[in-house]
Amino acid sequence: MATEHIVVNCAINGESQTFLANERDSLLEALRDRIGLTGAKEGCNNGNCGACCVNMDGRIVNSCLVMAAECEGSEIRTVEGLAMGDQLTPLQNAFLEQAALQCGICTPGFLVAAESLLEQNPDPSEHEIRYWLAGNLCRCTGYDKIIKAVQQAAGQSVV
Amino acid sequence: MQAVKYARAESVEEAVRLLQEGGEGARPLAGGTDVIVQARERTRDIDLFVDIKHIPEVVDIRHGADGSLTIGAATPCYQIYGDDAIAERFPILVDSCSLIGGTAIQGRASLGGNLCNSSPAADGIPSLIVLEGQVEIAGPNGRRTVPVEDFCTAPGRNVLGSGEFAVSLSFPAPAEGSGSRFLRFIPRNEMDIAVTNAATQLRLNGDGSVAWARVAIGAVAPTPLLVSDAADALVGRPLNEDSIAAAAAASRAAANPIDDMRGSIRQRVHLAGVLTERTIRQAAERAA
Repeated sequence: MATEHIVVNCAINGESQTFLANERDSLLEALRDRIGLTGAKEGCNNGNCGACCVNMDGRIVNSCLVMAAECEGSEIRTVEGLAMGDQLTPLQNAFLEQAALQCGICTPGFLVAAESLLEQNPDPSEHEIRYWLAGNLCRCTGYDKIIKAVQQAAGQSVV
Repeated sequence: MQAVKYARAESVEEAVRLLQEGGEGARPLAGGTDVIVQARERTRDIDLFVDIKHIPEVVDIRHGADGSLTIGAATPCYQIYGDDAIAERFPILVDSCSLIGGTAIQGRASLGGNLCNSSPAADGIPSLIVLEGQVEIAGPNGRRTVPVEDFCTAPGRNVLGSGEFAVSLSFPAPAEGSGSRFLRFIPRNEMDIAVTNAATQLRLNGDGSVAWARVAIGAVAPTPLLVSDAADALVGRPLNEDSIAAAAAASRAAANPIDDMRGSIRQRVHLAGVLTERTIRQAAERAA
């Protein structure tokens, strides 16, 4: 079948964007291949791993499970939109200080998901953090360092 | 991804027309958490997504003055468990919606999508059944209503015909003294597909006997099952070890599972009984 191109207008990290996509593209494919934002990663491409997690209209979603065409009029925030220039967010700094990453593939998804948690629940319990992040898989850290980083970013004492 | 097209429907009538024109390969797109994977992995032949999320009645939550509830079929899980009135009067929907996938899935996935995907292991369907849910379906011949327990016909299959889609789910007000509970067994705490699941809604009389009950079990048959024998074992009897054991036995008898990577037949039959018992006890605690 011939490839159909579509035009999508949306806001990405606060800037309005118009981009061309294949009608079959996922949001993840559009971000990475059309717009050049390669922060969101393709892990499983079926909604299990969370490496492609972005914020869409205020909620985290797996961008591999969103069609690019669905984003018309949406507000998308990706990991690239977290830091202000060289100024990392408290969560990003906490990830570095707690060594909450090793290979780094899962990190953009964890950062986007955890920022969203802290927006909605600035003082989450360990259980709430683990439950919120259950859809983000990490095969390096064993999760404890990630949980500690989120706790540090929330201003909690970290043992 | 197969060469799938995308169309956004602004009204129920437009969605029906697009689905009808699209024929066999057209699918409604709600949260997409199942159907996009199926298109990508080619487990379903899909060449057109009809996005139904821009139709107001398909994505809203309406509380009736009589205590009834109508949820648009594509309303995402997070909006359902974030609704205080649902949490208070239909807590079983919070049980289900907070167990379907992880947070990012719950940002998109819907109960209508969970129902129309018609998995035997769906974590939404047993709860919809025990709440006496009715599915409102729109199609080329207008609208019709189907009880949830009659909706699924086989794994991945249901009563929807050509051009039809689920618009909303409606539930009568739970009577005073009612309680409901959904539970799922998986080997970890979250983000897995049910080995077995179960739901109970019941109403207790002042003397502690059971006035009314409904029990459903999932992942133990080609479709989620309403277990009338389990309810019959409870109704009119005091809620005690004997009546609960009889209801659990009825669920074990109704279970007709398969062996697969998630669980054996023996384990699933056993779990149908255990989860029936636990959902009865916990529904009764909520009723109190």
